[in-house]
Amino acid sequence: MSETTEKVRKTLARRYRAEKRFKAFGIGSIGIGLMALVLLFTDIIGKGYSAFFEYEIQLPITFDAEVLDVSDPRDEDELNYGNYQGVIRDALAERFPSVEGRQDTRALNQLVSTGAGYALRDMLREDPSLLGKTRTLWLLTDDDVDLFLKASEKQREDSRLNAKQQQWVAELEASGETRMVFNQSLFSYGDSREPEQAGILGAILGSLFTMIVTLVLSFPVGVAAAIYLEEFAPKNKFTDFIEVNINNLAAVPSIIFGLLGLAVIIGLFGLPRSVPLVGGIVLTLMTLPTIIISSRAAIKAVPPSIRQAAMGLGASKMQVVLHHVLPLALPGMLTGAIIGMAQALGETAPLLMIGMVAFIVDLPAGPLDAATVLPVQIYLWADSPEQSFEALASAAIMVLLAFLITMNTLAVVLRKRLERRW
Amino acid sequence: MNFKMKATLAGAAAALAMASVPGTAMARDTISIVGSSTVYPFATVVAERFGRTGNATPKIESTGSGGGMKLFCQGVGTQHPDITNASRRMKKSEFELCQSNGVKDITEVKVGYDGIVIANSVKGEHIDLSLRDIFLALAKDVPNPDGSEELVANPYKTWKDVNPALPNTEIEVLGPPPTSGTRDAFNELAIEGGCKTFPWLKAIKSEDKSKYKAICRSVREDGAYVEAGENDNLIVQKLEKNPAAYGVFGYSFLDQNRGVVQAANVGGVEPTFEAIGSGDYPVSRSLYFYVKKAHVGVIPGIEGYVKEFTSEKAWGDQGYLGEKGLIPLGDELRKNMAKQARSLKSMTGEEL
Repeated sequence: MSETTEKVRKTLARRYRAEKRFKAFGIGSIGIGLMALVLLFTDIIGKGYSAFFEYEIQLPITFDAEVLDVSDPRDEDELNYGNYQGVIRDALAERFPSVEGRQDTRALNQLVSTGAGYALRDMLREDPSLLGKTRTLWLLTDDDVDLFLKASEKQREDSRLNAKQQQWVAELEASGETRMVFNQSLFSYGDSREPEQAGILGAILGSLFTMIVTLVLSFPVGVAAAIYLEEFAPKNKFTDFIEVNINNLAAVPSIIFGLLGLAVIIGLFGLPRSVPLVGGIVLTLMTLPTIIISSRAAIKAVPPSIRQAAMGLGASKMQVVLHHVLPLALPGMLTGAIIGMAQALGETAPLLMIGMVAFIVDLPAGPLDAATVLPVQIYLWADSPEQSFEALASAAIMVLLAFLITMNTLAVVLRKRLERRW
Repeated sequence: MNFKMKATLAGAAAALAMASVPGTAMARDTISIVGSSTVYPFATVVAERFGRTGNATPKIESTGSGGGMKLFCQGVGTQHPDITNASRRMKKSEFELCQSNGVKDITEVKVGYDGIVIANSVKGEHIDLSLRDIFLALAKDVPNPDGSEELVANPYKTWKDVNPALPNTEIEVLGPPPTSGTRDAFNELAIEGGCKTFPWLKAIKSEDKSKYKAICRSVREDGAYVEAGENDNLIVQKLEKNPAAYGVFGYSFLDQNRGVVQAANVGGVEPTFEAIGSGDYPVSRSLYFYVKKAHVGVIPGIEGYVKEFTSEKAWGDQGYLGEKGLIPLGDELRKNMAKQARSLKSMTGEEL
């Protein structure tokens, strides 16, 4: 046996051990990452799943024209100012006839959400013939009642309801006059100060409009910049300088783009505050470097032989780029754009400066209507004093995570499907 | 540069420029409100109710009182807010800023009070605190008890150490965390109020404002002050279980838990509806909003919003804002203020 083989044999066991250790470190790191993810998910889902459901109570409601003070349900104005709380009050008084005294009556009336009145209004608007009739209806409960019904026996001791209210609710629960339903308002309304009426549709629409503006502005500009820098720009000090700056831009804290948006887009150009258009422009500035950098990498990955072949056949520089390089680089560019958009979707800091952190109830109809976005809605709810908003914030986080996972999966699938290997 | 490439780049630039129409402000049909985070929970409720009656729901940003004034006073035009909320009165300098930017006519509306009480269980002893007692019991650094003009880490363990007239129980105060507006107001009005009673500490204010704030608005972190979370109900429950502890919370919770907790007098004044309303109780402040008159009639709904806010069903004794914790103005003042608000009386600047 030669000396070298001897040496190799001696060190072989040690080298194998080292390799095993190295692998173990890798697996350990992945394990830590996964654990953090599992912790995050269990915490958020544990807190938030209950927000997808809500409790209702059953009451026979009489649409009494006199109590409602509505003589013609077809008159929109009269309909809007109707006293819907009044008919609910009457129904509650009938259900609990023994309740007397100002304070107790007030406590009883607090069991039903103020949103229930608006639901009655909408019913009456759709079916004016209801006036004067009695219907047994399921009404939305107040958030405190909702929390009480969702709570365990032990947690109920800490309820915000007073002893009498707890007794009434327990009575309704025992006789089957309460039920749990899917929380529809969460996906069909905008923000509200009453947790049981608050929804994320406004924030989802706001995010959607903001993302559309960002995509429309940043993708063409980013791709054009990347193509020019890769294919046309001369290699000199000036283009080096530009490259350094683009890389730098990717590392600038996002709040700075917000300040820029406030000073230039709102201050100089006079665009309104709190609108998705401005949000989209600001986020474009933030996404551009990501798109430019990934697009350049995608163009670089196209083998030079393709260009040379095209040129050899007499194609002009532009034909080479548009007919050959761009189609081949497009999957990589799209992936970069989707990842950039996912980043922008989760951004709040720059939006703080341009007024998108606001209480907005009405659903936005376009990029020029005041709106907020999903992460901002989460921030606002997490900051609200009412207990139920905690669960709502977690529910909103789940929705945001679902969007992010979808976008990132799309990016991976696109890359797998469309990318060509050389 | 290739021509088509040039065209593409120019096109992109044009798209950006088109997206931002220079100079002209866009029309707006929703009311835009900015300002104090303390008034935010009340203003949002009013806005929501207002919106439910067939109007566009106003948009409300919580920017803080100072930030709101700055935005509000930037000028007249739909890109500027219509109303700003404040948890303090407008400053003279802010009024002048408004004037110099063409915001001439401003209507001031005082909406109510924010009172903060220090309470304990009814099973415990009723006490009478001065602002100085509060400062000495709860500040992080206090003047040396031997009387020299230097600061030492808070040495007081019991209330009796602070003031011989107080009970011989350990200092334990449950209160809101620093994220809370109640805490800000408590630090500013109670702790700083007591701090100011030491002339040599007060003198620091004119020399070094940030040092003064650091001394006079700090709360001890050695366990005597317990951050009990934002939920005032929880504080009330804990007080019930521990008669030796005191709690700091908003007046509305005292009112709703009369049989369970009692409030300490501060500076000899009992925190009652009237005492807070009249300003005799020292740990209270007024809440305001300001309306830009030039926008009334331009932005639809401003008058309606002001009317909703100043209606009895909102800010009255039994109104829905009271349920959210607002202390209403006195009956007489409320009536006058409602009249003043609805007629949009302009400020002269003299009253500040």
